[in-house]
Amino acid sequence: MPDATTTTPAPLVPHVRRLSGLMLRERVVEGLLLLAAVFSIFITSGIVFILVNESRPFFRTVNPIEFLTGGEWTPQFADPKFGILPLVAGTLSTTLVALLVAMPVGTIIAIWLSEFAPAKVREVVKPLLELLAAVPTVVYGFFAITLVSPVMQQVYAWVISFFPSLKENYPELPLFNVLSAGIVMGLMIVPYVCSLSEDAMRAVPMILREGSFGMGANRTTTALRVVFPAAFSGVAAAYTLAISRAVGETMIVAIAAGNQPTLTANPLQPAQTITAFIVQASMGDLPHDDIGYQSIFAAGLTLFVMTLGFNLLGAALRRRYRQAY
Amino acid sequence: MVNTPPVESLTPQPVMQPHSEPVGADAPVVHPVKAEVRNLSFYYGSFKAVKNVSLPFYEKAVTALIGPSGCGKTTLLRCFNRMHDLYPGNRYEGEIVLYPSRINIVGPAASPIEMRMRVSMVFQKPNPFPKSIFENVAYGLRLRGVGGRSELEARVEQALRGAALWEEVKDRLRDGAYGLSGGQQQRLCIARALAVEPEIVLFDEPTSALDPIATGKIEELIDDLRQRVTILIVTHNMQQASRVSDYTAFMYLGEMIEYDRTAKIFTNPSKSLTEQYISGRFG
Ligand SMILES: Nc1ncnc2c1ncn2[C@@H]1O[C@H](COP(=O)(O)OP(=O)(O)O)[C@@H](O)[C@H]1O
Ligand SMILES: [Mg+2]
Repeated sequence: MPDATTTTPAPLVPHVRRLSGLMLRERVVEGLLLLAAVFSIFITSGIVFILVNESRPFFRTVNPIEFLTGGEWTPQFADPKFGILPLVAGTLSTTLVALLVAMPVGTIIAIWLSEFAPAKVREVVKPLLELLAAVPTVVYGFFAITLVSPVMQQVYAWVISFFPSLKENYPELPLFNVLSAGIVMGLMIVPYVCSLSEDAMRAVPMILREGSFGMGANRTTTALRVVFPAAFSGVAAAYTLAISRAVGETMIVAIAAGNQPTLTANPLQPAQTITAFIVQASMGDLPHDDIGYQSIFAAGLTLFVMTLGFNLLGAALRRRYRQAY
Repeated sequence: MVNTPPVESLTPQPVMQPHSEPVGADAPVVHPVKAEVRNLSFYYGSFKAVKNVSLPFYEKAVTALIGPSGCGKTTLLRCFNRMHDLYPGNRYEGEIVLYPSRINIVGPAASPIEMRMRVSMVFQKPNPFPKSIFENVAYGLRLRGVGGRSELEARVEQALRGAALWEEVKDRLRDGAYGLSGGQQQRLCIARALAVEPEIVLFDEPTSALDPIATGKIEELIDDLRQRVTILIVTHNMQQASRVSDYTAFMYLGEMIEYDRTAKIFTNPSKSLTEQYISGRFG
């Protein structure tokens, strides 16, 4: 009876088969996505676990209160001190200088690209800017000590000629200093701020701009008083990423900031960041049971908590300014 | 699908003379002409979206633009505040003369920003700014250099009252505008447009995103506003046009087919195409 089977209304069967095929494919894709999500959670928890676990021996020797409040970080001394504050100060001061450069410069370029630049110019400038983000940071580090820092030294010499009192305390800017490292780090971060902020502003619906132009506003007013506030949640995301990049940046500060843990907020001095310390400590071949080696994980844990804090702050900011247009 | 119109119905209307008697001998009120569109054509690049249109707009009256989707109503409306200047490749031909100053709105001598200062617009979708209710209404006032807390407050209140929104928002002027309902947001946009005391207010299907109750409120509002300002309203809702307007222009494929008093258009149109459209046979 082979004929009978071929004459039965066939079209329904492949149709159903195709449907179930689609559903299967949907399942597989869903499964892969879930796997990716689980994987990233797994990695993050893995990192946290290692950091916590590996810093336990450290905290058996060093009192955590002392660690968090101590103003001296001298792991290589005969009588080592493990107060994290100088490293935190170095991290925060380089980050602050970097943000003071990256946020205004990045935001202004983003506003210009999104609201003023002709489409053709934007299509050229934006990829170029994004290319800057691909330059290895070690290159930026050498850029800092071979160009930016010497220039800043000249600038500083010129500035203090007007302030004799400053001259007594700080006669010159050292080659390795927070200011130069921070400025270069800021330049490195500009493309991140700019690209994300520009995306956020371009996503603002045209009808909001038309509402503003329709009231008689010019481009500048529309950009600053309507588009920027409307995009602020996305801009805040850009700033959060900038902070994370700055706090976690390693090579620039390791090369250009001086690697001297000093508890100061003065950007004219050398400093050491948490990341730069970790690089320095990892490069020496310390035995694993050495307290200096273990301090790497305590420092890493501190860095992790700081970054986490900034990210939570950023998420809160984004929620606060999310617009439902 | 749209039926192809009979050829003779596409003949353009004669140009209205400014300050002439309103159309229809039975006209109860004589309005002076506020603006006159003369042989206006508009091009998106090479596409001619408005074709040689001529019609008057009377002061302190509501003129409705009706016609099937894509016939050029929005395009014509947006000529009045030079909105098309925001995008490249757009071109006006002809004139929109604004009285009494006799300035040609779409002419090279008129500045788009000045025209937008004098002609306000309410959009199809409510588009309040990401600011407080107060700052939304104050936006145009600040642009015009109105300073001083008390004057701003007085004029914001006046505009919100004018838009029938004051009672609903007077206790939360500092709250964000996005907390309002859709209908309230649209009335906020009307208040924003009214606050600057424009000569003309343009409405582009202002109720198409709203529910029937919110729509009713906006229609009542437009009815009140006609005593104070010249209104142009685009609508594809024929009941709305007949309810709120004094004059109606029917457009089709970029051309102005018929212009008359609203009562005349809806009871006894002179063009068969108009008759077909208002009786719902296409569109
Ligand atoms: N930005 C634009 N560029 C090119 N063509 C457009 C643009 N906007 C509208 N059009 C065209 O112009 C014609 C009129 O559109 P529109 O004025 O929006 O019609 P309506 O408001 O009557 O529905 C339509 O054919 C539409 O496709
Ligand atoms: Mg339209």
